[in-house]
This record gives sequence, C-alpha cells and structure tokens, in this order.
Amino acid sequence: MNLWRDIRGTVHPFWVTLRNMLRTPVTIEYPEERRTVSPRCRARIVLTRDPQGEERCVACYLCSAACPVDCISMQAAERADGRRYAAWFRINFSRCIFCGLCAEACPTLAIQMSGDYEMGSRDLLKLVAEKEDLLIDGGGRDNEYDFYRHAGIGVGQVRGAGDEENPPADFRSNLP
Amino acid sequence: MNELLITLALVLVKLLLIFGVVLSLAAYLVLAERRILARMQLRLGPNRVGFFGLLQPLADVIKLLTKEDTVPDRADRFLFLVAPGLAAVTALLAFAVVPFAPPLEIFGRQLPMVVCDLNIGILYFLGLSSLAVYGVALGGWASNSKYALLGAIRGLAQLISYELSMGLSVVPVILSARSFSLTDIVVAQDPLPFAIVHPVAFLIFLISVTAESKRVPFDIPEAENELVAGFHTEYSGMRFGLFFVGEYINMIILGSMVTVLFLGGWHGPFLPPVVWFTGKVLAVSFVFIWVRGTLPRLRYDQLMHFGWKVLIPLALVNVLATGAILLWLKGS
Repeated sequence: MNLWRDIRGTVHPFWVTLRNMLRTPVTIEYPEERRTVSPRCRARIVLTRDPQGEERCVACYLCSAACPVDCISMQAAERADGRRYAAWFRINFSRCIFCGLCAEACPTLAIQMSGDYEMGSRDLLKLVAEKEDLLIDGGGRDNEYDFYRHAGIGVGQVRGAGDEENPPADFRSNLP
Repeated sequence: MNELLITLALVLVKLLLIFGVVLSLAAYLVLAERRILARMQLRLGPNRVGFFGLLQPLADVIKLLTKEDTVPDRADRFLFLVAPGLAAVTALLAFAVVPFAPPLEIFGRQLPMVVCDLNIGILYFLGLSSLAVYGVALGGWASNSKYALLGAIRGLAQLISYELSMGLSVVPVILSARSFSLTDIVVAQDPLPFAIVHPVAFLIFLISVTAESKRVPFDIPEAENELVAGFHTEYSGMRFGLFFVGEYINMIILGSMVTVLFLGGWHGPFLPPVVWFTGKVLAVSFVFIWVRGTLPRLRYDQLMHFGWKVLIPLALVNVLATGAILLWLKGS
C-alpha cells in the first residue's frame, strides 16, 4: 500500500543517519595526519637526473609547447661535447594547472610530476621556480632510464654503443 | 520590606540563572548540532577551538561581533534594526512560564521553580510563539530585498498554518490535566506522561513544533537553494547572530514545551528533577537535530497541504475523540 510505503520511506532514513553517526568519520585531519599520495599524483613539477647524475633535460621545448597555460620557459644551450641542456629553466607555479601534459610530452623523462602538493604561498613571486629549485638528485619515476642509452647521436657514449643500436656499418667492408 | 527584598533577590537569582543557562545552552546547541550533523555525514565537525571544539561558540561570537553591521540601501532602518531583537526576545520570554522543577523549600518559603506560574501558561506560550513571527516578517520586509521578503511571506504563512495544529494538539492535554497552567499539567503527568496517553497529539505537536522553529523539513522560510538565506539574507554580524541564537533558544523553548506537555516534565526516577528536565529537553533537541540530518525539505505546496489537509483535520478529530472518551470515562 502506498501509505505504508511512504511511512517506511520516512522512518527508515532515521535508522540510516543514526547508524552512520556511530561510524568512524572519514575525515583526515590535515596538518596532523597526511594521506599518502597515489603514485600517479600530479603535484609539484621536478626535473630529474639520469643514472650518471647528469641533467636529463635536453631543452627541446616540447614541455613548453605542450603547456596549455604557458608556464614553462627555458633557454637551450649546448655543452662542448654536444650535449644540450637548459641554460635556465623556469616554471611559474602560480600559473601551472598541474595537468601533466609537460611530463607526457617530455621525450627524456626529465620533467616529471612529483607528489609534493604543499606549495601554497601568499607571495606569487615565491611560486616562480628556477632550475636549481626544480632539479632533484634522483631519477624520479623511471630511475634507471637513460635517454642517451637508447637514442642520441653519440653524445653520451660512442656511436653504436646504445642499447638498441647496431654499431655503425663500415661502408668499405659492405661493398660488394 | 525585608520579606519583599528577599523575594525580589530570589526572583532575580532565578532569572539570571535561567538567562545564563538558556543562553549558554543555546550556544552549545549550535556546536552540538554542527558536531552531530557532521558525524551523521561521516565528518568530524568543528573540533579545533579548544578541547573538542568546546570554545567554538565563543569564537563564533567574537567573529560575529567583529563583523561589519550593514544596513541595506533604502531598507526600513528602524524595523531592520529592531527585528532580530524581536526574534530573540520573544523566544527568551516564552521561558518565563516553563516549570523546570517542583517548588523548592528555601529559607522556610516555597520557591516555585518557574519564573511566573501563570494560570494561562499555555495561552501565553502560544501567544508569544505567534509574536515571534513578527521578527521574521518585519526583518524580511524591512530588508528591501526580494529574497528576504519571499522568505518572510513563506514564514508567515507557514507559522500561521502550523500554529493551528499546534494549538489544537495541545487541547487533549488541557482536557486531561483540567488546567492551563504548565505546572499543573506536569503534576497531572505523575504516573503516565501524556505522550503515551495521547500519542497522536504528541506526534502532531512534535511536527508542528519543528515547523514552528523553522527547522529542516519545514525550513522553507530560509530555503538556502532558492532564497539565499530567506528572511535574514541581508543581515550581517551580530544581528544575524541574534536571529541565529533566537532560533536555537526557540529550539530549547519548544523542546521544553514538548517535555512539559507530553514527556512528563521533571518526573523521573532516581535522578533529581532538574536533571530529568534538562535531559528530556536535550533529548528532544537531539531529535530535532536528527530530523535535520535525515529529512529533505518539503516543497512549499507540500508543506501547506500537509498542514491544512492532514495535521489540522487529524488534530480536530483527536480533540473530538479525546473529549468523547473523557466524557465516557466520567459518565461510567
């Protein structure tokens, strides 16, 4: 009967709220307890190093181009041995929307998203991070990855010593 | 002369005691409501200020006092400033007739534990709760804001409709107690509280009282999602605070009315009467909070239908049935 259904529908919620009142709250009391962020958390951007401790970034501008809010800027430079690097590298975190497109675009896994989300500030200029603020010691997510072991033009190692690379063919011996 | 002075001093002490207890109870009811609602929604609620958030009411008062007190452009200044006080004062005044313990023996004199034992206490209470609507109506009208005005109109209509069923549901109690005095009504409930004798009247009274205090299933005068904040949209600072405190004082008053009329007032085994009374009032307040955590708001037309087509006829039939039964009992 309809009336019976209505009465039950009015009374049953009271039991639901009472039961929920006696359960433990799901609140995490922030400054005292912090949740462990998920491995794929997208927060503060870092620049990583390869296993040799060299900067991974080759200043290709792909992250800067991918950034929808244009918060990444840099200046490319080249070392004497031909290895490219960023003379300066700047991320304006007050504009960053933490979309992760830069990390996706990066061909050398240099730019990565870390789990450090506590970076609020009242001073906008404090949120502009320079290269030395961004560089970390480790390799981040893929610690062993070394871009120059897989590609490159003989900058990190001699020609043909890469992992998926054949030694250069000697065109003289290749002659028929 | 001396006699008069002692009486006066006792009355003053009583007044101050009630004033302090009711106001601090109202302040902590706000905290209790926030904590309990939070727990029902699996949150923690305010727990930062002081131990378990116990100083939260104090922090709220400081915050409200330091806020700017704005009066909207082209508002009716006098009425706008007076209305919140009206809401709070009418709520406080109603406590004058609530007996919270049996008369006490002090210095060889009978001290009734009620500010003023009117022999028409119920009528006084009903009259004051009707007056309380002026705070809402005038505040809403004087704000010169359409939301506030709509809230005030809704408040008026709602309070008038639910006052009827509230008054009618009290009639069986008066019939059984044969008195309008609240003290006599409590005394008449010695063996059995009227909630058991008149369950229908109890239910109607509880629902009407929730509507009277403009609390959740019936909070259309301040329906947030349509009227911003209803009649107190334009209020800020301590004037808003007065409306707010008035609402919670009202909750305590109505809770103690439920206690006095239906739950047997101060009667109860083992514990002292005042404790029983306070406990019952707090229990009723908890039910109010519980209802708020549970039920969604009624639509305006549903509210009116429910009041006029269900509650009032039911209350009338209840009055008729109670009268008939009482007559039959007397005749036999």
